Amino acid sequence: MFKLVNNLTYLWNKFKDRGNAEFWNSLEEELILNNVSVNTADFILSEVKEYCFKNSINSLNEIKNLIKGKIKEILECGNNWDIHINEKKPFIILVVGVNGVGKTSSIAKLAMMLQKEGKSILIAAADTYRAAAIEQIQFFGEKLNIEVIHHQRNSDPGAVVYDSIDKAFAKNADIVIIDTAGRMQTSANLINELKKIKRIVNKKNSRDPDEIFLVIDSNTGQNAKSQTEVFKEALDITGIILTKADSTSKGGIVLTIKHDLNIPVRFITYGERIGDISYFDPEKFVDLLVE
Amino acid sequence: MFEFLNSKFSDLFFKIKNKGKLSPKDLDDSLREIKLVLLEADVNFLVVKEFIENIKKKAIGENILESLTPFQQVIKIVNEEMTKMLGGASSSINFSQRIPTVIMLVGLQGSGKTTCSVKLASMIKSRYSKKVSLIAADVYRPAAILQLIDYSKKINCEVYHEDSNKNAVSISINGINMLRKSASDVVIIDTAGRLQIDTEMMNEVIEIKNKVKPHQIYLVVDSMSGQEAVNVAREFNDKLEYDGVILTKLDSDSRGGAALSINHVVKKPIKFASTGERIEDFDIFHPDRMASRILGMGDMLTLIEKTEKIIDEKKAKELEEKIYKSELNFEDFIDQLKSIKKIGSLEKVFSMLPMMGKNKALKNVNLDDKQLDRVEAIINSMTVQERRNPELINGSRKKRISDGSGTTVNDVNRLLKQFESTKHMLKQFSGGFNKRGINFPFPKF
Repeated sequence: MFKLVNNLTYLWNKFKDRGNAEFWNSLEEELILNNVSVNTADFILSEVKEYCFKNSINSLNEIKNLIKGKIKEILECGNNWDIHINEKKPFIILVVGVNGVGKTSSIAKLAMMLQKEGKSILIAAADTYRAAAIEQIQFFGEKLNIEVIHHQRNSDPGAVVYDSIDKAFAKNADIVIIDTAGRMQTSANLINELKKIKRIVNKKNSRDPDEIFLVIDSNTGQNAKSQTEVFKEALDITGIILTKADSTSKGGIVLTIKHDLNIPVRFITYGERIGDISYFDPEKFVDLLVE
Repeated sequence: MFEFLNSKFSDLFFKIKNKGKLSPKDLDDSLREIKLVLLEADVNFLVVKEFIENIKKKAIGENILESLTPFQQVIKIVNEEMTKMLGGASSSINFSQRIPTVIMLVGLQGSGKTTCSVKLASMIKSRYSKKVSLIAADVYRPAAILQLIDYSKKINCEVYHEDSNKNAVSISINGINMLRKSASDVVIIDTAGRLQIDTEMMNEVIEIKNKVKPHQIYLVVDSMSGQEAVNVAREFNDKLEYDGVILTKLDSDSRGGAALSINHVVKKPIKFASTGERIEDFDIFHPDRMASRILGMGDMLTLIEKTEKIIDEKKAKELEEKIYKSELNFEDFIDQLKSIKKIGSLEKVFSMLPMMGKNKALKNVNLDDKQLDRVEAIINSMTVQERRNPELINGSRKKRISDGSGTTVNDVNRLLKQFESTKHMLKQFSGGFNKRGINFPFPKF
């Protein structure tokens, strides 16, 4: 996404004399190259374009601000998307996503962040499928001094969740974070398995998981929308953790996801170190995007 | 995979299919649609532009607007160009004269390198009968080495690892020396995921390349990657000059467009495709088939090949005979069930069939493999006589079977009924199947 910053001025200088059409086309191209969907790009630009035309706006700065405003509108800047831990313990966070997006690392990062806020945390190692997934989360658990509830490999993930919540009651823990196995949104059986986990949480804790986060890799293209659609439909996800923001791809698809499906990004992770996570700041995102 | 492209293309072509002649405007309209389809499939914007230009030039050059079957002509051109984009002819592995042939896998974090190295090992082992070993050179991600060791247990491959050594370069060198002694034909190095802009990490892998001199380097690419995939691939290639690409997570819906553009921009072939969670969900990549699939013709060739590999010809002959004589029984039925399961999940089998993208009725069908398990359980609870002679099964037998298999009498009844109608249907088919030919729902060209 951040590439747009430099390019806007460049494009403006290149095309301003050659008529506006090319300038707008190249803007659209830039958005699409940053994984914003064609529809969302059109939506943003067509309104800005019309406004510029009607009010004969012809300065780069004003156009910039208009585009910024449009994107802010989509991201609903000003809304507070932080986690609000309620009184009733334990607060349960379910983390889901397709394979290889960085669920386990994100959970470690999230756990550390919440730990810093003074919360006591348990992690449920409910990825019982992938080889060494349990060991990976245990490694982080040891590092952060957080207990990881786990069973044997290939055991029922639901049972791990069940035990974890029991344990949370026993230890009076504030938060339980559930790590799940990566699964493609196309696999109905595995999506059903997540629904079952959600039901178990509801049964044990008398309410659904308080937060259900879908983890999305910044490098993912338009398929991220399909992922969000399916996971939203199945689980009512409450937000997105955008990972690998330190890569050259900045996850412009989240604009489309917010616009089309109204699911906000809540956290962003940006590096290999365990501290490389923060609340997603749409304001900052937009400022970086269009400077 | 590519179902998304698939259904969009089907929609588009259904729209213009019924027209006898295409006007220049029709052509422009369809090209614009194709452009959108490709962009939504993550094909890089710049590649799309070039692709569309090519098709337009060809379409005009070949005068398709004048032809009587302009629609078929457009498909033909799109198909040809798509195949070209995907890399032309399919390519297989080159083994070195001296053992071991060293293959190194590189890529971004989470692209699927560790899983792929085991799947690749398994494929080389079974297809080329080579002794394959692995080197665990991902010293950064917690439990990555353990993951490789654990996963490769399933295929009985030796894994070289040094748990206290944090230097991927020396691990690789030691590993190859060691594995040469154990007479491994092929050694696959699993490296850590890295960003192409991380100089330090890129230097590590360059050093491995210089010291170890792998015969083949493959870039592992997530088929869901977006527009940036081209730059990642280009950058890795500038630094490492890899030999090919492995495309992963093709069991997700759609896309893969990024991989098409990588192929086009970096000019390296896509060698393998990984299509699922199981170790055998891995195959040589066939660009031509993939292009047909994108166009809505399904991946029939892959399905046919897979089926051939699994269904033994003699058995198939016997079965045909039985079908013809109407002697089909539950023993044959369970054989069939098992072979279907070997091909993969039902969902996968269906996705390979042509025009599934178009079939609205099937879109929401939940293809539950558990149903197959249930059927298997019912049949397993029958006595041998009952299996061979389904007519024997009366009320009390049904009760016993349903109790034995943990199902209900209703389930057993349903299976018996299904079995009868299948038998009937197959008998009808077995007569004229080949004479009439299979009627594909797509025009021939």
